[in-house]
Amino acid sequence: MNYEAVIGLEVHVQIKTQSKMFTRVAAGYGHEPNTLTDPVVLALPGALPVMNKAALDAIIKAGLLLGCKIAPVCKWDRKNYFYPDSPKNYQISQYDQPICLGGSVEIELPASARNLMGEHKKIPLTRIHLEEDVGKLNHGATDSLVDYNRAGTPLMEIVSDPAMHSAEEAYAYLTSIRATMIYGGISDCDMEKGQLRCDANISIRPVGATHLGIKVELKNLNSISFVRDGIDHEIKRQIAVVERGGTLVQETRDYDGQTGTSQSLRSKEMAHDYRYFPDPDLMPVRVDAEWKTRLQAECPELPFAKQRRFFEQYQVPYSLTSVLVWDRMLADYFEAAAQLAGPGKAQAVGNWIVNDLLRELSRGSAAAVGDAALRPRSPARDGGVAAPADTHALATSKVRPAHIAALVGMVEAGTVLTNAAKEIFIEMAATGDQPAAIAERRGLCAAPIDTNELETWCRDAIAANPKAVVEFKSGKDSAINALKGPVMKAAKGKANPKLVDETLRCLLAVM
Amino acid sequence: MSSKLYFRTIADLAAALDAKQLSSVELTQAVIARTHAVEPCIHAFNSFDEADALAQAAASDARRAAGQSCGPLDGIPIGLKDVIAVTGQPLTASSKMLKDFVSPYDATVTTKLKKAGAVLWGRLNCDEFAMGSSTENSAFGPTGNPWDPTRVPGGSSGGSSAALAAGEAIATLGSDTGGSIRQPAALCGVVGLKPTYGLVSRFGLIAFASSLDQIGPFTRTVEDAAIVLGAIAGHDERDSTSFQAEIPDYRAALTSQRGPWKLGIPKEYFATGLDPEIAASVEKAIAFYQSQGCEIREVSLPHTQYCLDTYYVIATAEASSNLGRYDGIRYGHRSTAAKDAVDIYAHSRAEGFGPEVKRRIILGTYVLSSGYYDAYYLRAQKVRTLIRQDFLHAFRDVDALLTPTSPMPAFKIGEKADPLALYLCDIYTIGVNLAGLPAISVPCGFTKSGLPIGAQLIGQPWKESNLLAIAHAYERAHDWSAQFPIF
Repeated sequence: MNYEAVIGLEVHVQIKTQSKMFTRVAAGYGHEPNTLTDPVVLALPGALPVMNKAALDAIIKAGLLLGCKIAPVCKWDRKNYFYPDSPKNYQISQYDQPICLGGSVEIELPASARNLMGEHKKIPLTRIHLEEDVGKLNHGATDSLVDYNRAGTPLMEIVSDPAMHSAEEAYAYLTSIRATMIYGGISDCDMEKGQLRCDANISIRPVGATHLGIKVELKNLNSISFVRDGIDHEIKRQIAVVERGGTLVQETRDYDGQTGTSQSLRSKEMAHDYRYFPDPDLMPVRVDAEWKTRLQAECPELPFAKQRRFFEQYQVPYSLTSVLVWDRMLADYFEAAAQLAGPGKAQAVGNWIVNDLLRELSRGSAAAVGDAALRPRSPARDGGVAAPADTHALATSKVRPAHIAALVGMVEAGTVLTNAAKEIFIEMAATGDQPAAIAERRGLCAAPIDTNELETWCRDAIAANPKAVVEFKSGKDSAINALKGPVMKAAKGKANPKLVDETLRCLLAVM
Repeated sequence: MSSKLYFRTIADLAAALDAKQLSSVELTQAVIARTHAVEPCIHAFNSFDEADALAQAAASDARRAAGQSCGPLDGIPIGLKDVIAVTGQPLTASSKMLKDFVSPYDATVTTKLKKAGAVLWGRLNCDEFAMGSSTENSAFGPTGNPWDPTRVPGGSSGGSSAALAAGEAIATLGSDTGGSIRQPAALCGVVGLKPTYGLVSRFGLIAFASSLDQIGPFTRTVEDAAIVLGAIAGHDERDSTSFQAEIPDYRAALTSQRGPWKLGIPKEYFATGLDPEIAASVEKAIAFYQSQGCEIREVSLPHTQYCLDTYYVIATAEASSNLGRYDGIRYGHRSTAAKDAVDIYAHSRAEGFGPEVKRRIILGTYVLSSGYYDAYYLRAQKVRTLIRQDFLHAFRDVDALLTPTSPMPAFKIGEKADPLALYLCDIYTIGVNLAGLPAISVPCGFTKSGLPIGAQLIGQPWKESNLLAIAHAYERAHDWSAQFPIF
């Protein structure tokens, strides 16, 4: 029998705020254990929570970016359970009235080739709610230590409908969310720092069936590739159980990405009763239209929309936009350069950025962050959405959009030749000087050629290469290249190739 | 006025301090000496720090000498119930769970009292985690009523009322979740004020039931209550439930706000179970107001019969969650019998909490459980709304309500072994918390056997000025506040 997987994801995203969700103490990563604490974080007797408005702003923005309906009131509930990483032994969360309802995440599935656009889909969302993160347990041989630095960090949970059917879709979904959050300045989404975490609910059913099968919750998918591998593994495991004639049980399983195996954590019978109730320490917060309008104005254009616009407005092909749009700073950089370069030059601008600028940037900071991380890519390719560390190199690069625009202009005008332009670019990256100044200084300008002299060189070349002429005449267009070599040689490499091409064609045409 | 310093009022002592007839150090020494003399019999304190108090008093004297007095509370020894955080001082909630806990921070009321120059004096006994009506639930032993130390001082703020009545402080703070300020004030013959929910910050108050808890003063007079309230009231950005409003001059309002007022007498509060001597005293208070030209109206609060049940669902539900943090992991009692994390919770909580606290945690956990939430917690919240509407409806016709504070005078320690019998102590006070209203208990007589009786005035939300003025009018015409326990 053929089976179809049904997958829903619960994605936790840490919101990038100065302070914690319910107190003024700083939020952060990598500090000495238990230094980002205060009476509220440690749940000392008498401490009370006060909501961080910046966190509410951020989740509303996330909701607006994903097309969610924003609830008129932000209401808080307590989720009660005992665990040492939870200082109050309840988590402040949102139970029956999440701040964001509905909405969807646009994804792109991989195509047959890297330079082709893949299929797009919209994965519907159930809800997004706001809560506080818990502390971190470090288990030793004989004891366990708790670090409460993370406790109380604003956290949002994005819950999808059970609407995905493959690990690839889940993977594309997660990378799209990640790009959206980074774009919106909502989170850095660094999975290694736990800023993005993912649990998956997975079931299978015979192809064509509409009911939902027994659901397994897969936890600890804590790297972007573990999400794909873990879900793949779980789908295969469930099919194997059913094929063997076994029965699936509703349970929570822990995925070990290192070994590629999973084991049961708890069954449905052991599920918690969280005893949710409205938190009496926090007043509901009204979110009015004015508040939403203000945040709507701060919402950036998302990558897929940008990609479509770049194609329509600048006629830039997918092979370039799939690189350009996934980093907001890079996309803005491109657009600034394209505007400065003027009509018809955007693709050339894109080529310089994607091929030369990014190489220069990765060369400059490869030691710090590693080459692989530096090239922003479409999530459909490998999920390598640019992290802010990458854009830092762009922000400090000496090559500004005006440089690129000027260089493209020079090449198009024939003032410099392609090889010379490459040299100019490298020096531009090192010095930040204007391309015209570099060309002048280094003598890289294409020499102004006497047309009579050029015509003479062309005639000489035609006379010296009858074989190429015959081939060209018989329809082999590329044969013209054999004529260009001697002309360029005679011109000592400083002739404008476009002019050479035109002159040769004119002469050949009248022969 | 008493010749004894420790029985005098804030207003009177502040005048003496300002006139340099007295120093705060002298006053504090007198209070300390009195405390040493009566504590073996009363046991109002869980702990006190004489050196710290005298240092605060010396600092106050220095301020006054430099002409920089912070106002009427500067140099006045004020005791705090042991559920209010003071930096560097123990904070136990009268529980074994927090026996050795020292607070690293100040409650907002503590900060405000420090700013007002008060001499913070001692940690006052109470029912464990403020759960009880007799202070017998303290893990550190009961407190005696100064009028008869074999009797309870009321609760849960029994240490606060007893210490004041016995002259071990000039004023005290307590907390009131279902009557825990007003009932002990009545039983000890002092003034006890529960402000409108949200008027005084709860930051730094150990939470029992967050939607009901409110800090308030115990004082000898209504005027003193106005002085202390003025110092501790006001918006606090660290408490989301605190109200943003201008704080009026409560003391000035005592004389500027004049009657005659319209007073409501809720008929449900004079039904069966009320001690006849208390009924008679409250009737006399009603007659007094009538004699002053006040209009007296019988009113009905029809949902009164549901107050107790509603309270014990909501308060215990919130408590079961609020007390989750006492788990032996980060601070507080940790059992040595524990073998793993779950064991730490189970043993530490089993050993650290007393029986009443456990009873309420179990009840609260039950009412919030999946499948029971709608039937208990949600329904209780709906009834709570009805109870509040009862009061607001009554306030369309009257300025305040006059009732007994407690259905009975102070009873013998150990007399009420049945927890349900103890819950009945709060039948006249609980509705006020559910409705979030301000209310004050003022002394209104004594039983034939010499036990104090209190009358409760319930005010409109945020109208503390009016409430205090009404209470003050009664107090001025009676001398109950000038009587002191003889022992």
